[in-house]
Amino acid sequence: MTATASPGRPTFDPAVGTSDGGLGWAIRDTIAMTGRNLTAMRRVPQVLVFSLVQPVIFVFMFRYVFGGAIQIPGQDYVDYLMPGIFAQTVSFGAINTAVGLAEDKGKGLLERLRSLPMSRAAVLGGRVLADTVRNTVIVVLMVLIGLLVGFRTHTNLLAVIAGIAVLVFFGVALASIFVFIGLSVPNGEAAQAAAFPLLAPLTFASSAFVDPSSMPGWLEWWARRQPLSKTTEAVRALMLGGPTSGPVTASLLWSLGIMAVMAPLAIAKYRKA
Amino acid sequence: MSSHPPATGSAIIADSLVKHYGDVHALQGVSFEVPTGTVLGLLGPNGAGKTTAVRILTTILKPTSGRAEVAGVDVVAHPHEVRRRIGLAGQYAAVDENLTGHENLTLVGRLNHLAKAVAAGRSAELLEQFHLTDAAHRPVRTYSGGMRRRLDLAAALVTHPPVLLLDEPTTGLDPASRQDLWDVISSLVSDGTTVLLTTQYLEEADRLADRIVVIDHGLVVAEGTAAELKSTLGETTVALSFRQSDLAVRAADALADFGASRSTTDDSVVSIPLRGGASTVRDVLNLLHGHELEVGRIDLHEPTLDDVFISLTGTNGARA
Repeated sequence: MTATASPGRPTFDPAVGTSDGGLGWAIRDTIAMTGRNLTAMRRVPQVLVFSLVQPVIFVFMFRYVFGGAIQIPGQDYVDYLMPGIFAQTVSFGAINTAVGLAEDKGKGLLERLRSLPMSRAAVLGGRVLADTVRNTVIVVLMVLIGLLVGFRTHTNLLAVIAGIAVLVFFGVALASIFVFIGLSVPNGEAAQAAAFPLLAPLTFASSAFVDPSSMPGWLEWWARRQPLSKTTEAVRALMLGGPTSGPVTASLLWSLGIMAVMAPLAIAKYRKA
Repeated sequence: MSSHPPATGSAIIADSLVKHYGDVHALQGVSFEVPTGTVLGLLGPNGAGKTTAVRILTTILKPTSGRAEVAGVDVVAHPHEVRRRIGLAGQYAAVDENLTGHENLTLVGRLNHLAKAVAAGRSAELLEQFHLTDAAHRPVRTYSGGMRRRLDLAAALVTHPPVLLLDEPTTGLDPASRQDLWDVISSLVSDGTTVLLTTQYLEEADRLADRIVVIDHGLVVAEGTAAELKSTLGETTVALSFRQSDLAVRAADALADFGASRSTTDDSVVSIPLRGGASTVRDVLNLLHGHELEVGRIDLHEPTLDDVFISLTGTNGARA
């Protein structure tokens, strides 16, 4: 570099920032980090496309390949299926949270962020918020794809929106698990590998695709009570009709419970990572 | 808090730093000081504890015991205040590949709580200074290795920090890019910035550092200027090569008063310590001329930091 590269006097200006801006800085930092993550998503649209490919394949498989053999009394299978697909979609979407954080860690970016006078919570908050935006977009797109293959809601728009909100909230709860995973593994590939064994039993040992009464007793017990089933049932109730308060409350309690346990663990992990 | 960095004195003080990870003792009591406005080179083989020391000084890690001050602020007691006074450029080019150069620098500015316009202005200034203006609006994944390192260093300079910590800033760079980065670091220092630089490249420490601390296995094994460290290994020698080994035997006899010795690796070479400077060479050549012993070749051997490194740590730093 030439002599023109004079960096100017290193004058330390005490007016730069305040000692500890508290909540105001935490919010500003979270917004800045969310913006950074959303920009990165926009630059790599393949990630969004791949996030859609998997659920679309599942829609075709269950709607057209297996669907004919699955009987749900009193209901079109496609109506039963789609809320399950939505819940599966937000669950697998949470993998991106782990992959994103693991990549930031592996590339040394977390190291830089930790040397900045920014809010500690903003790194994780910005990641989860950006992933929540992405999850919302994908769920809305999946609802539209559902409409294309014959899925019909039987309630009103407000209830459908409430259903999407329940799904997105469940996605945030899962993200708190995946923040922990992302900070525990060395890179994105490892995060991906660690996620599947956790998500497979959650999505398949559930009421998302079939009625659990066809399962062995011990599995049925779990499949009726676990969080993805409860979320699926809440979405079915909100989009298709039926009593809502039971399954919606169950889903929200599961989501809150998961966050209450995992968020402090994730934050502790970030402090040590 | 309004503690200002001292105008004089030490910008970095490490006092008996210890860091244990379970049974691994990364640092076992490391102390050093970096006077304000100077460069300290922290040398050591892989795993010596260099990066651990940097991570403690940048508040990323807490020491198991010991104390450290950066820009006059205790790193454990007031980490947030330390973070406002430092710039860190890491071993990895810690910039976001999916963002553009400009977006990376404004993000760092925003996270330092600069106003949006100020952060944008500072970014443009740094991109210009680091010759990245043409690439400012391209995603970093399209940058070359040298461009990424320059951007990484620029990101460390957004707030004009008085103290800069550079962890192996030129590892993996081609010689021209390395030279570029050295020039930038030199100009920062001439403007009064204090720099702590870890490196495995002894040439880099020789070139940039006012003082050098060598650590190995978490302990300081040597400290001093590059010249001091080299002088501990003895003096410059003159190597005289002859056409045949019997000439070398006769020359060694003739030059016994000069402390001549036969080379252990080449029996046609005689080495003489250069105690009296250039006049020694003249005297030696005159004497050999008198004995009709014709010298084939003359080489000067100066101890290098590599020699220092090998003798101190038993490893070759640059290629460890």
